[in-house]
This record gives sequence, C-alpha cells and structure tokens, in this order.
Amino acid sequence: MSNILELNQINKTYGNKKALSNITLDIAPGRIVGLLGSNGSGKSTLMKLVAGLLHPSSGTIQVTGKPVGLETKSLVSFMPDCPLTEKWMRVRDAIAYYRDFYADFDEEKAREMLDFMNLVESDRVRHLSKGMNERLQLTLALSRKARLYLLDEPIGGVDPVARGKILDAIVKFYDEESSLIISTHLVNDIERIFDEVVFIREGELVMREEVETLRLKYGKSVDEMFKEVYAE
Amino acid sequence: MTIEFDNNLPIYLQIMQYIKRQIVTGTLQAGDKIPSVRELAAELQINPNTVQRTFQELEREEVVETKRGLGRYVTSEERKIMTIKKEMASELLERFLTGMQELGIEEQDILSIVADAVAEGKGGTTHE
Repeated sequence: MSNILELNQINKTYGNKKALSNITLDIAPGRIVGLLGSNGSGKSTLMKLVAGLLHPSSGTIQVTGKPVGLETKSLVSFMPDCPLTEKWMRVRDAIAYYRDFYADFDEEKAREMLDFMNLVESDRVRHLSKGMNERLQLTLALSRKARLYLLDEPIGGVDPVARGKILDAIVKFYDEESSLIISTHLVNDIERIFDEVVFIREGELVMREEVETLRLKYGKSVDEMFKEVYAE
Repeated sequence: MTIEFDNNLPIYLQIMQYIKRQIVTGTLQAGDKIPSVRELAAELQINPNTVQRTFQELEREEVVETKRGLGRYVTSEERKIMTIKKEMASELLERFLTGMQELGIEEQDILSIVADAVAEGKGGTTHE
C-alpha cells in the first residue's frame, strides 16, 4: 500500500531562524511513530506543517499521495499541545463542537472513549485537571475517522497514572488502517507503543529506526538512545 | 497478565518468553485460546505490531497455531510443550553453571552442592 505521509526536503524558516531543514520522511499505514526531540527541536512545527496550519518555506508534503491542502485536512486529525476547546464549554459541548466541525467525527466512539477515560459529559472543560483535559483532547482527536493522527505531546505534564490511561486509550482506540505520529520528550513511558522513532534535533532529522531493531542493534532502550543523542 | 519489560531488549522476545513460561507452568494449557493481538497490546500497553510479530514467531516455532476464523491456540501437542520445557531448563542450567564457574567452584563440588540443595528441599522456592 502507498504511504500515508511523505515529506520531501522540507525547509521551514521563521524570519531568519531556521526551524526545520531538509526533512525527508515517509510513513507507511498502520504505524505508530514517535517523533522525539527536546523542546524547540521542531516537533510542533513539523506537525503543524503536516496538518496544513503552516506552509513550508520549501519542499513538498503529501498525505495519501495528495498535496497538503483543503482536501487533506479531512484525512488528518491533529491534537495540538494547547487545547482547542473553549472555556465556557462542558464536555458535551466539546463533543458537539467537533461533531459539527468534522464530518468524519464518530460520536459513538467518542462516548465510548469518554466512558473509558472517566470523563463526565456535564463537566465543565475549565474545571478539568490537566490530566483530564489531555484525556478529553485525545478523545476528540481519536474520534475522527482520519488516516493520520498527529498527537503533539499527549502525555506532557500529566501524572504517571493519567499517562498510563492515555497510553491504554491510544492502543485501544487507534485505527489499524491509519497511522499515528506522537511527539514527546518523555520517552521512557511511551517507547513500547512505537513501531519506529524519528529523532529531530535543531530542526534536522538525526536518526530514524525501528524500535525493536534499535534494541537489538545497540542493546539500548529508546530512552537511553534519546539521552545520548540529546546530551549537551 | 503482568510482565516487567526491559526496554533494552526487543519486546517481542520478552513476550515470547513470557508466553512460553505460561505454557510450561500450565497457566496456559495445551489447546487453550490465546488473546487477540489487540487485547494483548491493550493489556500490556505495547504496540500491536510488536504483538503480531510475537505471535508470528511463536507460530513459526509451532508453539501456537492459528485456526482460520477462530483465533490462535496453544499447540495441542504435548511433545512440543515438553520441548519448550527442556529448552527453558537448559537455559537455566547454562546460566547456573556459568555462574558457578565464575565463582570458581569445581565440577565435583557443584554436583554435591546441587545434591545437598535438593536433599534440603531448597528447590521450588525461588525461581525467576
């Protein structure tokens, strides 16, 4: 089958600051890919480019063979690192908002996920703890029937219990026909759900490897590899 | 199921070992159905493709078999299970002997240490 995502020699500059340089990457269907890098390495920029929220300075991006644009926005579900919901909303309003906004939103799946996440529809979004809010954002993102899911720091700043729950939900609810890119700098907790990892540092792709190959080849965990690559 | 993973080693090898151990200890019996890829992945919080690979390897070794449309089952051949048991026993033995040799214990003494331990009933209390 053809690739879900293809990035070809992507460059992105903000003013005269280089955010990404010469990134070439392809992702096959059914893969869970870890996008790893320290803060400011370019992870979020890369995701926003794929989501069509930013435009590359040069290079091309294709989702299921189509250039990023209006058409691909219905193929890509993006969970940004800051919530998209409004403060006045209750959980049920957030669900309704997504349902109205996205034709591919699966309300039944969303309710099933809310239940799994112990979220209550009448809860106010602004009263949710950080961990519960992450759970809500993940529910919203994964309830779309997309081909590519982009999760930007889904476990950033939540406690280990909530982290476990979020990982559970990702493995349980993701659709095997699609692919998932998860950015994080908290590698240890999440490395077992990846098929492959992509390391970016200062906007450059420094390594890409199947995680099981990496363990076999170097006898190291992804976390140890991460610490070596990003040692200062 | 609970399993402590070592992230430094390939995960699929660890799950293979884990399932084999469950088979030889009788937690999983000959002919038992084993969980689906999805179930096991969710339970262990690991990548479904890793579980898939584990099952493929176990099938290749004929430890599990797929019945079309029904799922995967532990082999019903007792002989196969005995083979796994022997393999695991010889791995244990090898580790034990290496450890004793590193301690500088003579072969004769190893034999008597083992004989004494068995006589004192030390077996069966601690295993990894």
